[in-house]
Amino acid sequence: MSRQANRGTESKKMSSELFTLTYGALVTQLCRDYENDEDVNKQLDKMGYNIGVRLIEDFLARSNVGRCHDFRETADVIAKVAFKMYLGITPSITNWSPAGDEFSLILENNPLVDFVELPDNHSSLIYSNLLCGVLRGALEMIRKLRYTANA
Amino acid sequence: MADAALFEFLHTEMVAELWAQDPDPGPGVSAGPRGEGGRAAGQKMSLSVLEGMGFRVGQALGERLPRETLAFREELDVLKFLCKDVWAAVFQKQMDSLRTNHQGTYVLQDHSFPLLIRMASGLQYLEEVPKFLAFTCGLLRGTLSTLGIKSLVTASVAALPACKFQVVIQRS
Repeated sequence: MSRQANRGTESKKMSSELFTLTYGALVTQLCRDYENDEDVNKQLDKMGYNIGVRLIEDFLARSNVGRCHDFRETADVIAKVAFKMYLGITPSITNWSPAGDEFSLILENNPLVDFVELPDNHSSLIYSNLLCGVLRGALEMIRKLRYTANA
Repeated sequence: MADAALFEFLHTEMVAELWAQDPDPGPGVSAGPRGEGGRAAGQKMSLSVLEGMGFRVGQALGERLPRETLAFREELDVLKFLCKDVWAAVFQKQMDSLRTNHQGTYVLQDHSFPLLIRMASGLQYLEEVPKFLAFTCGLLRGTLSTLGIKSLVTASVAALPACKFQVVIQRS
């Protein structure tokens, strides 16, 4: 019985590490393909954006959240529902701008960087920049979805 | 714990991205040096890049396995482990069948390969399929490598989403 249980947790762990390891392989490959960190950052953002516009549908289908009435609610859903669902973490929301149109998400334990060591010659690399693109793509898409629903 | 869907999304984007980097006009368009020969070279490069990435990930995954799983009695046990435990961990299902000629060739069959399911079923997009299999072939080859087995892994599709992986053990 316990062997079965061990197998289950082992599977889950491997499954989670698969994404982290694949992401690492991708960043490594991009650093080889592009000559400077800035281009890698842009590429990660672009790829993240493409993922985000598709991920939002998966999120809406699986999470059952209703419409957000303001940006603060949006921030909450991102941190407490989306990040929890996809990365198993809940970043903290801080740094609200006075106008309430800008905030920061702080990831204490970023699963993307498990087992990762950046060499010294990549000081401008934003390793997790894919996440920025994903957020950007998902949020742009949801605005469009809202407009479509309204019409 | 990263959700399983994330790997699928990332994989799809990687295939799109690594393919797009070869700005090829398509077959039959140019008769110059970038004609048929150019396309073949571009294709090979992208496939091998994807396969190489899969290999590194497979190696790393293999290294993270607990000690007792690494003590296999024979080669067939390793392949069974690949079909059950590794496949379940990576794709949330087991391989549907494993066959061998007992002379170092194994055919692993998945009737419903998750990375192909979203694409189509049947014969549509058959030409596009190799790009979606390259990473996984590398992953199998990489995990086998960590488990002490050198191999060549290829994949073929007769009709989506069913897929066959052929593992040929390389004896040095």
